Amino acid sequence: MQFERAHNHTWRKIKSGLACGIAFVSAVLVISPLGLVFFYLLVNGAGSVNWDFFTKLPAPVGAVGGGMANAIVGTLELLAFAGVIGIPTGVLGGVYLAEYGSARINSFLRFLADVLNGIPSITWGVVVYGLVVLRFKGFSAYAGGLALGLIMIPLILRTTEEVILLVPNGYREAALALGVSRWKTIVHIVMKTASKGIITGILLALARVGGETAPLLFTAFGNRFWNHSLSQPIAALPLQIFTYAISPYDDWHRQAWAGALVLVTGVFCVNVTVRILTRGRTASVV
Amino acid sequence: METTERSVIERAEQRSAPPPEVEAPMACTFQVKNLSIWYGEKRAIDNVTLDVASNAVTAIIGPSGCGKSTLLRALNRMHELVPKTRMEGTVLLHGENLYSSTVDPATVRRRVGMIFQKSNPFPTMTIGENVVIGLRLNGVRNQRFLDERLEKSLRMAALWDEVKDDLHKPGTSLSGGQQQRLCIARALAVEPEVILMDEPCSALDPIATAKIEELINELKAQYTIVTVTHNMQQAGRISDYTAFLYIGRLIEFGPTTKIFTNPSEKQTEDYITGRFG
Repeated sequence: MQFERAHNHTWRKIKSGLACGIAFVSAVLVISPLGLVFFYLLVNGAGSVNWDFFTKLPAPVGAVGGGMANAIVGTLELLAFAGVIGIPTGVLGGVYLAEYGSARINSFLRFLADVLNGIPSITWGVVVYGLVVLRFKGFSAYAGGLALGLIMIPLILRTTEEVILLVPNGYREAALALGVSRWKTIVHIVMKTASKGIITGILLALARVGGETAPLLFTAFGNRFWNHSLSQPIAALPLQIFTYAISPYDDWHRQAWAGALVLVTGVFCVNVTVRILTRGRTASVV
Repeated sequence: METTERSVIERAEQRSAPPPEVEAPMACTFQVKNLSIWYGEKRAIDNVTLDVASNAVTAIIGPSGCGKSTLLRALNRMHELVPKTRMEGTVLLHGENLYSSTVDPATVRRRVGMIFQKSNPFPTMTIGENVVIGLRLNGVRNQRFLDERLEKSLRMAALWDEVKDDLHKPGTSLSGGQQQRLCIARALAVEPEVILMDEPCSALDPIATAKIEELINELKAQYTIVTVTHNMQQAGRISDYTAFLYIGRLIEFGPTTKIFTNPSEKQTEDYITGRFG
């Protein structure tokens, strides 16, 4: 009896150690690609990230130097336009799912949003190509922004809904019991309490679409020069990286590495901002 | 119908006036007549009729699930927040039907404030903001008026001396008992006529409970108070009238001294002496 118990104990210790070891190795495997990507980008791209890269247009083939200023600004413009479409729609849709609507309709809408989240991003490019580019006979910043905005909607909708549902019901009741109307309660109490979570969702959605290439291929199309009108094709960082990376020129390859480094750093910065925001005061629930 | 609506709104607007002079004894604030409430198929309140006396504390007691909270929430239409509720009967507040089709629930709740079991100061707001948020969201902009009301409400809730130097700190930084008094101040700031309390002390320690009870005793000079409590001793200490509810029915209602010393119903006696519940 005594012996058996001791034996059991050892075997348990071994199992526990094994599980712990496997979990540790998995964790390292998950994190290592990030480290490798960042390391590789630094090695190959850091040399080409300089003042010119941020301020100059792409140089013609053969000419030395040049930068990606138009692509950096283009990405920001596309994100701004995508945000105008995606943020209000996504946030208000999330509020509807969390606060209004019947359980039946909501579960159906939630399912649709999850399906939309799973659609490959290039599909959105094709949809917008058919709806906008063909109709108005031209690639444009509008079309690119619309494609990115459509990707953002279900992402923001779901995160907004989730963080609003995390707000304890006691706060809604407290506000309503003061004679505050339903919509004022939602805007001033519920959304304010959930604001950090909502902002986090928006930033993560922006970071996600900021790196999208496929939906821009046949909507924004890319541009080697400054974009002077949103109804014209516009450059974007991921597109420029794609074009440069598949080109046969060493100089362009170096620029592509630099572009990738800048893009990844940008996304990384957004994520760090999110972490700082969500840490914040303990006063907020989400 | 229209007169009812107008008078409800007028009353809501005139609430900055001092409360009415001392009324005749047993003046009624609420008259509940044949009230029944269903949640879906389940009947939570079964044909309850009672009058709530003005400037007195009325306690609702009874075992868990007997409909105490539902009856309380029917007095400011908070029970309607639960989907699929249905009601029959009438609830009159100073003679006006709260459930008339022309009455906005928000107007009712401005006149009938509520304190909850779990203190719930808004976590994104400071102590000061918490107190005046009801006024702010109801459209009051005048900062001097808000400041005056802030101090007055905190004084009435016996919290002013403890927090007057910390008004900019988050409401959630206070202790549990202080948070509950902050919630009382928040409810008082919109100057209701009635305060409903849903087990206001059940999450508090004995010292904090004693403070709230003392406060209830002071507030009844100006307000009508209806409180739900699980604690028999507390009902005995703080209330003037007691209603005993069992499975949705009002078993007995009368002056607290009578209910506790000489109840007419066997069920009331059994519950109060702890034989069930």
